[in-house]
Amino acid sequence: MQLTLWTYEGPPHVGAMRIATAMESVHYVLHAPQGDTYADLLFTMIERLPKRPPVTYTTFQARDLGGDTAEMFKTAAREAFERFKPKAMMVGASCTAELIQDDPGGLCRALDLPVPVVALELPSYQRKENWGASETFYQMVRALAGPVAPIAPRDTSLRPRCNILGPTALGFRHRDDLREITGLLDRLGVDVNVVAPLGATPDDLGRLRDASFNVVLYPEIASLTAQWLQRSFGQAMTRTVPLGSGATRDFIAEVAGLAGIDPTAALANADARAPWYARSVDSTYLTGKRVFVFGDATHVIAAARMAAREMGFTVVGMGTYSREFAREVREAAKLYGVEALITDDYLDVEQKISELQVELVLGTQMERHIAKRLGVPCAVISAPVHVQDFPARYSPQMGFEGANVMFDSWVHPLMMGLEEHLIGMFRGDAEFHEDAAPSHLGGAAKRHEMQPPSAMGPAQAVIASTSEAPNQTVAGTTTWGADAEQELRKIPFFVRGKARRNTEIYAREKGLPIITIEALYDAKAHFSR
Amino acid sequence: MSPVIPIRSDATNGCGDAPVLRERGQREVFCGLTGIIWLHRKIQDAFFLVVGSRTCAHLIQSAAGVMIFAEPRFATAIIDERDLAGLADCNTELDRVVTRLLERRPDIKLLFLVGSCPSEVIKLDLSRAASRLSAQFSPDVRVLNYSGSGIETTFTQGEDACLASLVPSLPAAEASPALMVVGALSDVVEDQFARLFAQLGIGRVHFFPPRKATLLPPVGPGTRFLLAQPFLADTARALESRGARRLAAPYPLGVEGTTLWLQAAANEFAVSPQVFEQTTAPPRQRASAALARQRLRLSGKRIFFFPDSQLEVPLARFLSRELGMSLVEVGTPYLHREHLAEELALLPPDTLLSEGQHVENQLDRCRAERPDIVVCGLGLANPLEAEGLTTKWAIELVFTPIHGYDQASDLAELFTRPLVRRLQLAA
Repeated sequence: MQLTLWTYEGPPHVGAMRIATAMESVHYVLHAPQGDTYADLLFTMIERLPKRPPVTYTTFQARDLGGDTAEMFKTAAREAFERFKPKAMMVGASCTAELIQDDPGGLCRALDLPVPVVALELPSYQRKENWGASETFYQMVRALAGPVAPIAPRDTSLRPRCNILGPTALGFRHRDDLREITGLLDRLGVDVNVVAPLGATPDDLGRLRDASFNVVLYPEIASLTAQWLQRSFGQAMTRTVPLGSGATRDFIAEVAGLAGIDPTAALANADARAPWYARSVDSTYLTGKRVFVFGDATHVIAAARMAAREMGFTVVGMGTYSREFAREVREAAKLYGVEALITDDYLDVEQKISELQVELVLGTQMERHIAKRLGVPCAVISAPVHVQDFPARYSPQMGFEGANVMFDSWVHPLMMGLEEHLIGMFRGDAEFHEDAAPSHLGGAAKRHEMQPPSAMGPAQAVIASTSEAPNQTVAGTTTWGADAEQELRKIPFFVRGKARRNTEIYAREKGLPIITIEALYDAKAHFSR
Repeated sequence: MSPVIPIRSDATNGCGDAPVLRERGQREVFCGLTGIIWLHRKIQDAFFLVVGSRTCAHLIQSAAGVMIFAEPRFATAIIDERDLAGLADCNTELDRVVTRLLERRPDIKLLFLVGSCPSEVIKLDLSRAASRLSAQFSPDVRVLNYSGSGIETTFTQGEDACLASLVPSLPAAEASPALMVVGALSDVVEDQFARLFAQLGIGRVHFFPPRKATLLPPVGPGTRFLLAQPFLADTARALESRGARRLAAPYPLGVEGTTLWLQAAANEFAVSPQVFEQTTAPPRQRASAALARQRLRLSGKRIFFFPDSQLEVPLARFLSRELGMSLVEVGTPYLHREHLAEELALLPPDTLLSEGQHVENQLDRCRAERPDIVVCGLGLANPLEAEGLTTKWAIELVFTPIHGYDQASDLAELFTRPLVRRLQLAA
């Protein structure tokens, strides 16, 4: 058993629902107990879809377990087919139904429906939402893409055609990423054959073979399918995900290579303000800000690159909950000299963030809560997200406009440069003080301290410092002198935690029993490079 | 047929004997785990540990939405494939998880092990686990268990199961009469009721659940209890088995419901009609005046209830009698005839009552009737709005103070607001 306060991903059948809901003319019959219909509101409330997800649940109850739950499933499947007349059906079980083993696939074969029925085997006790979405998409494509054979070379006088694979329902900014990338491909001179699963019908999946290559926007969802298409139809696939201006340029070059066209014009006309914004002097104060990046693998790898190379931040930690892509994230982390944190345990992430004393967290909805608790600025870069990250306005993450959006949303939570300077110079202002929220964010909300206030006695300070750094075995041997504690308060709040930690490490190394003002500045000189 | 005793001598028997449309099919409802979302705030030193799957964890976090905190007082012990291999292992694992949790949260005094569909289906014996862990962590922490699984409980029934599991550990009361109000109420409502009972001269009043797990109300043969919520069947039975007696009454929604509810206690505790009138007249008049304004907007409007919380019948009674709305269909997940007898007697005759659900058929009926307002869950609300129907999402009725005199117009306003909004946006 695993103790879970938060889960980064839902169960795999929610992934399957994301595929079914993204597609048209598909219906999903899910063997599930009463109550599992809660998943509908992910789509109707969080994504604000104006339609019910195309999912029929059997919603069995305890009294049904004594009877024939298999018959219930057959009835539900038959009724769903008659009512919704889908062109293809998906059938499967949720975690509880998996335990009672009614075999939805076999039962549905017995119904002999006149449409393709895809039986999904989603092991709920081993796998999670993204795996479920990936597997479902793969099974749907395998079932509906038509006979496996290499495709004939296309007429080279026509514009090259590609498929776009990956966007789903309930995907973080999938709607706008798709629009941005479709526009980018069009300007590049590439036509889009099929977008899947978002908006695709079963018939569309039968036309996947008409493209000469595949653009994989979200590897978590679509790389399994793209690999199969590569093996079956010889379609190449893109490896670069166009998140950030640099990655978008790489993506254009890669697509141009696959399509056999010249990318020079497209690259020259690239309409990206983010690189100039980041070079402008107003952004100088962003240099070296310590960021921690967490989320799904794709967004984390891309965000780390953009943070380090395009924003000038220092990536002090990165990690992912996508175990399927742990290797890629570990590789990427090496570029920044950090070790990747591969976990789906929210408490591990929280501990890491507080240990690293970061100045900005780029993460998911959960990191937003951690950051709120620790009083650290935060921006959301990846699912899971809540309703505010399915915005009405155009807000892609991908392409050049996506880079613009990311620039704005990452800088926004940070205190602006002038205010940061003034707070470093003058203290004790009634309104603009270090414990107040950045004034451009409005409100007078009290900022939580990253470190406990100095009002406590030395003994308490020791307790506090040990509880913050539970990994330090020798913690507790250093004590802060009252004057040094006072001096520490003069260090701007967003780097104070790091200063405290460094000073304590220094004091332990030197075997100092009490930290004095001198020791504080000695440590500062010692660690400055 | 059980005799229905109308509290008022109405010309008709209301809906007391009316046939009920019973349906089976897909049920678009929450499971009982959802109760944790308000119970963990009500009982401030209790922790709810769901023993279930990732789906259960996902449900609670999705339903709790932005309300989830960095350090919530609920969590899920997710069963994985290793646990499914053998039951003995499962118990050891549970002990390990609970130990880790209690080390992290020493402030917890009461821990609920909450059963889910997976734990029920694999027949993990959580009651034995609870008594084992209770012995281990006694006296600092008491460990109880109940089931919030979807296969056994619907939405608010989770609260019923939770409270029923607490009843055996309530201290024994002396024989002298005391009043217990049963059902989680918002603090403001609880305080209002406490003041009213004090003014009525009913001295000893306890609320169950209490705000602290360490302040459990006593129960015994002298206990008379009023249900504040209609979904507490098992809790009532458990209290009765400890000698307490239920005072039959409608539920304290609206002016009429609140008055009759207070009247039931007043009758039992021999409060003089004079004192009752003196105490209730000012808030009654105040509430009636506030309701009159809402009545202008709601009177004559047709309302359709999808099943959700079992609050549907009392709400329908309030909306029809005090606000003049007409009832198209009143769906409820479960109809407890005895606990709703006084309510049913007050419903207009030939109200279409439905119990259980076949959601597609019910949607067909709803679309055919095109009511002015539809009360339904969040999975249906936006899709119905997109079809041009006005909806009121039902869960809000459980998360908002709606009981008592001073909330009557707030309750009405919950139904007025979507209608007003539709008019405003159309203008």
